[in-house]
Formats: sequence, C-alpha cells, structure tokens
Amino acid sequence: MTARTASLWQIRQPSVIPGFGLALGVTLSWLTLIILIPLSGLVWRSSALGWATFWELATDQRTVNALRISFGTAFLAALINVFFGVVLAWVLVRYRFPGKRVIDAMVDLPFALPTAVAGIALTTLYAPNGWIGSLLTPLGIKIAFTPLGIVFALVFVGLPFVVRTVQPIMEEIDKEVEEAAATLGANRLQTIRRVLLPGLAPAVLTGFALAFARGVGEYGSVIFIAGNLPYVSEIAPLLIVIRLEEFAYPAATAIAAVMLVISFAMLLIINMIQAWSRRRYGYGA
Amino acid sequence: MEVRVQNIRKEFSRFPALNDVSLDIRSGELIALLGPSGSGKTTLLRLIAGLESPTEGTVYFGNEDASRKTVQERNIGFVFQHYALFRHMTVLDNVSFGLTIRPANRRPSKADIRKRALELLDLVQLSGLEKRYPAQLSGGQRQRVALARAMAVEPNVLLLDEPFGALDAQVRKELRRWLREIHDRTGHTTVFVTHDQDEALELADRVVVMSKGKIEQIGTPDEIYDTPNSPFVFGFIGQSNILPVRVENGQLWLEDRSIGVSAPGEADGPAQLYFRPHDVELLDGGGCIAGIVVQTRRVAGTRHVELDVGGANTTVEIELPPEKATSDRSRLAFRPTRWKLFRD
Repeated sequence: MTARTASLWQIRQPSVIPGFGLALGVTLSWLTLIILIPLSGLVWRSSALGWATFWELATDQRTVNALRISFGTAFLAALINVFFGVVLAWVLVRYRFPGKRVIDAMVDLPFALPTAVAGIALTTLYAPNGWIGSLLTPLGIKIAFTPLGIVFALVFVGLPFVVRTVQPIMEEIDKEVEEAAATLGANRLQTIRRVLLPGLAPAVLTGFALAFARGVGEYGSVIFIAGNLPYVSEIAPLLIVIRLEEFAYPAATAIAAVMLVISFAMLLIINMIQAWSRRRYGYGA
Repeated sequence: MEVRVQNIRKEFSRFPALNDVSLDIRSGELIALLGPSGSGKTTLLRLIAGLESPTEGTVYFGNEDASRKTVQERNIGFVFQHYALFRHMTVLDNVSFGLTIRPANRRPSKADIRKRALELLDLVQLSGLEKRYPAQLSGGQRQRVALARAMAVEPNVLLLDEPFGALDAQVRKELRRWLREIHDRTGHTTVFVTHDQDEALELADRVVVMSKGKIEQIGTPDEIYDTPNSPFVFGFIGQSNILPVRVENGQLWLEDRSIGVSAPGEADGPAQLYFRPHDVELLDGGGCIAGIVVQTRRVAGTRHVELDVGGANTTVEIELPPEKATSDRSRLAFRPTRWKLFRD
C-alpha cells in the first residue's frame, strides 16, 4: 500500500508520445489563470475579514437561509433529474420511434438557451395566473415564487447533465448481460435493479454531481421564478449580487467563500465515491 | 433432461434462419451444433433457450411443451461467447445470482447458496478467487465463472454459444478437455455451438452439422468424418479432394482413362468423386489416377503432395508417408481407397 501511494507522487511518463512536460505545463498554467487565481482572490478577500467578522457574516440568518435554499433545492432537483434523466436516457438508447432524433436534440436545449429565457417561460407557466399555475392554484399548490419553483427551474437546467453522462454508458451495456440474467431466472425488474442499475452507478453519480453543481451556481432562471423573498425563496447567488449592489463587499465574499467550501467538499466526496465504485466495477482501473 | 426440437422454422423479417429443423437430444448427452457462420446454429441454440421464439414448430423438454414458456421458466443454463458476467459483482455473487433471485419459497438459505457457489467454483478450479471481480480475471477464468454461474441453477439443459470462441488457442485446447471432464462428472445434458470442427469432433458425443438453416447430418464424430452423407459435410469436415468423373458400366473414368475404381450398381453418367487426402494408395500403373507433382510440403508426420492430374487444371492433394520422397515435376500414380460419389 505504501509503495502504491508513493508511486502516485512520481511524475510518470505515461506514453511514448512526447510532450508530457509541455502538456502538463499548459494544463497547470491554464487552470491557474482561469480557476485558481480568481478563487484564491476570493479566499484572500474573505480571510482579510478576520475570523470573527467572517463568522458573523456567514452565520447571519438571511445568509444561512439562502445557503440552505440553494443547496437544498439543488440537491432535490439533482435527485429528480437522476430519476427522469435515467428514464429518458433509457428510452433514447433502447427504443426506436419516430421523432427520436428530435427528442435527442431537445435534451440539449437547456444547455443552449439563455437561462433567463427559461426562467421567464417557467414563471409564465407556473404563476398563479399562468396556464399550469391557474390549474394548480385551486388545489392549493403554489409553484412560482416558492422554493418549489426554484426546484422546477433547476430541474430544467440540470436535466441534460444526467442524460448526457448516462447515455453513453447505457449504450455500452451488452444485451447479452440482460439475456444472461434472464436465463438465470431473473425477471425484468430484478434485471434492472440488480444487474443494470448497479453497472450504471458511477455514471449516474457523475450526472448527479454535475446537475447538483450546476444547480448550486444557477442564477438566471431562478431569480424570475423564485420570487426572491428573503429567508424563504432567496438563493445564495442572488444574495451575493444584492450585497454587491449594496457595496457590502465583505458580506458578498463571505457568502461566496462559504459556498466555495461547501461545494468543494461535496464534489470531493462525490468524486471519491465515484473513484471507489469505478475501481470496484473494474472500469479503467 | 431430454430435449426435442420438432419441425422448427424461424424467420427474421421474412429471411428464413431455420427451415424445418428437427433434433432429438438425449438426456446426459454432449452434443455439438457445427456449421459455418449463417448456418443457423446459434439461432437453434437460442430457440432451445427461449431467447428467440420460433415462427413455427415446438420445443419439448422431456414430455413438456416448452415453447410457450419464457426463458425464465425454462430453467436452462446459457454460456455466452463473451462471458456476459455481471461486472459489478464478485465472482461468488455472479455464481450465486441465479439462486439469490429466486422467490423466497424456492430460495435456499444464504449459507446453502454460498456453499453451493463455492462448490461450483471448486469444480471449475477457481477456488480462492471468489472475491475477485470479473475485470480482474483472464478470459479463460471468466468463461469458467460463466459456466459455474450457469450450472448453479441445476439447469435442465446447458447451452453454450461458441464458449471458447474468444479465447486463444492454448487456453481453448485446455478448456475443451476440461469441459468434457466436467460434463462426465456432472452429467448435464449439454448443447454447444461451434464453427471449429476439431472442437466438435473431439468433444461431442454427437455432432449436428448445419448449413443454410438446415441440418445436413447428425452422427457420432466417427460417422460424420468417415461417412459424410452430403457433399457439404464431406467438404466442410476435414480435408477433401473433388474430381469430376464419369461412371460407365460400374467403372469410374477420369477424362479418358479408367481410374481402377469400381462402383457397382451406380447408374452411368457424370458424378463428383470425393476422397480424403490420406485415403489413397500409391500404384505403379494400371487403373489409377496419375499426376505430376506440383508441390510438396512436410506437415508434421506426413508429406502433403499436390498433384496436377490433367484435365481442366484439376489438382488434388494427397498425404504420403514422409519417407516417400518425391521431387517436383515427377509423376505419381495413386488410387483412392475410401471414397464417395455425389451427383448434382
């Protein structure tokens, strides 16, 4: 085990193709320029606050609520996307039907569409006087201007992430594996639950992580449908913008720093689970 | 269990893959379906398994009509060419899978399942590897896991689709002998598909030779090799020579000379003479086939001699003892000792 850990730190020449040093150099400088410098600026600014001020700003009730709403709705939306995304990918991979290509292309629309447009469209639909909203209001269900509306918007922007990560892995599933399960007596449900889904787990996890990360950072579509009531349906990115507009830079950086830490921790954990399951299932390894 | 296939016909979008095929498989038998690709051998195997349903015809397991049963209900063991192991499960979980998914009233206890799986892994000589994942095994090991998995459910019949097709020659030979041993020990009725005639002849109790969706011949390896009943079987199994001859008064003629072979009772007219390269005797003249040596090759314990026997550039290959040295362009005369006539 120690030998293995040690070898991880060696810089290995992974192939006969030259240019490893150059490629690594480009990668590191690019990463530094695009990601590390802006983020370290953020950390720098917030550390200048001093621990006490930082803690006070970070634990402000409005901030805590905004963070909870951001991460909570993103988590919920990612879960919903995992379910429907896997079903959608399954249909696209397994069945042939007229209009399949159109549906396949439509999945990517949330990638391309300005998210503000999506937000406005969703609000028009789900507002109490909108097409769907007017049907739901008599039932006592309110979607627009509540956290539920935020979830709807995040489901919209996150869907393609799940579909596009699961789809290629699903295409690789050998039909013979399903047939093997059937010959051993497994019914359809058992085959899906015990054979197909576990094999997809790493891809599903990646899709979840991407959709979740996207949801946490989403701004454009949410602010239209959320109603943005402080403490109730105000997301953290919006609060940052509000603080910036108030020239309260320390508060803005504090919220941003907390978001950064939580996001990083969650992505790290998801990555570790993924690496573990990948190794277990013998992908790459 | 005895398996009977009766007048099976299978069409894939109007294209007939199997045409009126009937086959009786005896209980405990090891039978090979042999044929070139596209002959329908895999389709027949999948029909027995229930992975395909016949357009017409019936499959019986014992006296029971299995045609209406689903794959799951047929209780068969199927081994795929590319193993089709569940890669997120350990070797042990793979082997136990068929037992763990049974409904509670037919499911053995956890300890019994484990015991049975370990026994099977012992049988396929993979003891100690039960905690590995399929990705950590070699091809030969994976196929043995697949076989253990298929046997775990005590199948009515064991079906293997080109089980050694994806393995290299050395492993293939080893597994072939080993499969025969396992079969003799467990006594499962076994059907395997192969396009490798050596595999079929060496391993099977009976060989079913198939071509173009039909069964050409069913017989023991000896029968198939020594008395092929159609030009296809003669040509497909082993080496063979074909000469266009003429029958006249019960004598065979090649071009304008008698070859010293009599075929009593054969009607006069043109025919094709089939014989194996090693079923020949050398002669010094008289009624014989004479030819000029075009090429000789030493192959292991024999010498292969290619002869130009005249006519429309017809060459034949015969096998001689290696000490029978011949040089190119010299003349040789021989006569087939075992042969068969086929007419168009």
